[in-house]
Amino acid sequence: MAQTSTDITSLQSSQATRQPRQRQMSDLRIMQLFILPTVILLILMNIFPLIYSLYLSFTNYSVIADKAPEWIGIQNYTTILSDQRFWANFATTGRYALISVILQTLIGFGLALLLRNKFKGSGLVTTLILVPMMLSPIVVATFWKLMFNPSLGIFNYLLGYTDINTSPLWLGDPNLALWAIVIVDVWMWSPFVMLLCLAGLSAIPEYLYEAAAIDRASAWFQFRRITLPQVMPLLLIAVLFRTIEAFKQFDLVMGLTSGGPGDVTETVSIRLYKLAFQGQYDTGMSSALAYIILIIIIAVSNLYIRSLNKARGA
Amino acid sequence: MATIELKQVEKKFGESYAVKPLDMTINSGEFIVLLGPSGCGKTTTLRMISGLEAVTSGNILFDGKDVTWLHPSARDIAFVFQFFALYSHLSARENIAFPLQAQGVKREEINQRVKAVAEMLKIEHVLNARPGALSGGDQQRVALARALVRQPAAFLMDEPLGALDAEFRESMRAEIKQLHLKQNATTVYVTHDQVEAMAMGDRIVVMSNAVVQQAATPSEVYHNPANLFVARFIGSPGMNLIQGTYQAGKIQLPGSNVMTVPEAWKQTLDSKLPADGKVIVGFRPEAVEVAADGEIHSTTYASDLHGGYTMLHLQLDRDVIVHARAAREMRYQLSETVRFNVQPNMVRFFHPETEAALQNGSHTT
Repeated sequence: MAQTSTDITSLQSSQATRQPRQRQMSDLRIMQLFILPTVILLILMNIFPLIYSLYLSFTNYSVIADKAPEWIGIQNYTTILSDQRFWANFATTGRYALISVILQTLIGFGLALLLRNKFKGSGLVTTLILVPMMLSPIVVATFWKLMFNPSLGIFNYLLGYTDINTSPLWLGDPNLALWAIVIVDVWMWSPFVMLLCLAGLSAIPEYLYEAAAIDRASAWFQFRRITLPQVMPLLLIAVLFRTIEAFKQFDLVMGLTSGGPGDVTETVSIRLYKLAFQGQYDTGMSSALAYIILIIIIAVSNLYIRSLNKARGA
Repeated sequence: MATIELKQVEKKFGESYAVKPLDMTINSGEFIVLLGPSGCGKTTTLRMISGLEAVTSGNILFDGKDVTWLHPSARDIAFVFQFFALYSHLSARENIAFPLQAQGVKREEINQRVKAVAEMLKIEHVLNARPGALSGGDQQRVALARALVRQPAAFLMDEPLGALDAEFRESMRAEIKQLHLKQNATTVYVTHDQVEAMAMGDRIVVMSNAVVQQAATPSEVYHNPANLFVARFIGSPGMNLIQGTYQAGKIQLPGSNVMTVPEAWKQTLDSKLPADGKVIVGFRPEAVEVAADGEIHSTTYASDLHGGYTMLHLQLDRDVIVHARAAREMRYQLSETVRFNVQPNMVRFFHPETEAALQNGSHTT
């Protein structure tokens, strides 16, 4: 305290006397000083790895091999793009993202429409519905794995299957495994879509519906011409987030199937993980794959943002 | 165009009345203005006519048909909202077309009717813009166009000019009146602005505290207010209201003034007043005639030049000030003595307890 007050007095006296030799920091310099730690961290943690991995994607390199990166041009990219298995990975990811996002959108929007009108306990119901979204994906994957378990899981029991010989093997059947992941993802993330839709719905002013009633619009016409377009911007944001997340989907798949059976649920991020951190630790190839995923996500996001702007009338 | 009847219509929110049982008939083609301060029940009444608000009890009839429990969409009415209530995500054109599209009208006919109504309201140039990009006046024109594009049984307007600037309000007022004359549609118009009400209404329904105070032509409401509330509320400033004591054809007024009661009123005052003779004398500012031999004397308290006329504030007594409309060229010093008479055919009397106007059966306007 005493220290501070002397500092202030000395500062004041220095300002009062305007000694030219006394060094004073300008506001700009102070600002720069405060920003510096963030900038350094950003460069070290984000920008350097980004650029370095771009460089690595053009090399033959493995982090566990005691060998310098060897420049091989676009060979990693051509390998990936001409490999059937990579295309299968992309197809799996695309199929998973499409089905999952469509279902989440329908269910989330549907739930939002149901919860839109307040009823007794609707706040509690809304909170309870949001719980799955707040759990850790690994926790979710682990207990759904238990629930899917053919001999002791509750999922088949609830579906009415009681004979283990005829009941579906959700995680083991190649035809069902992807659907199993979709079910878990929809269970976990529909609430997110619901939350955004609910916010969008509650922002629609009541007078628009009054005007529509006066204009003799039917309930369906009101939904189509007022509710839907008014919610659209937020709905599109929800869909954008979910699509990006679905393309990156890793933890749920890892926890539930690790890409199996065989490689039917091997999404690109699982493949990326295997490539980068298993077997040969092919850092060069995995960097190239990571860049391809990045480009796809940016492209898809841009499409969404474009339609988002259109929906907003910008 | 429909005749609208309200029979013992009332609205309660919880235990408190928004509108006390109300009877009203709005003739086909009539322009009715519901006028009153905020919270008087005028908007609730309008919303009950539209069906946006359910009545607590009573019946609403359109052309003799009971519509009390019909949904707004089944009543065939148009409603212009105070804050326009335009569909913000649709262009002006789509907004106007909305009620037609909702009814499945053919596209060609929609285009034609939207074009016609846009021409009438002079908004052709803004049809492709969204409401957010329009000025308040244009937004209101679009809202009016949306109401006019179909031929509804009645137009209901809830302070349609309330959200506009004063300048716009005046020209829009004329436009709405003009539209009404062209269409001759039954119109119920809600406002808290008495100037607007006087200018537009065929009849004015003055409401206060959930009760209709008076329903009459603008001129009747102005010259023969039914009670003290109407007398104060209509006109700016309102009617001069002075407490006095009546005795044998004379009224004692503050500041030891005495006013001679016009012959036509004497009998009424003799019979209708409380025993102590207390009475409230009312007269409009323009009823004051300044005259050197006037029987009421006062001192000038203030004098405002209004351009076309001078508004004098004349002090009869410490707390009793009379507004008087005087000629433009009249100039007064402060605290000057001014004597005046009240034009005998323009003086009104109110009962001090019931606050109702006394009737002599023969007053002129």
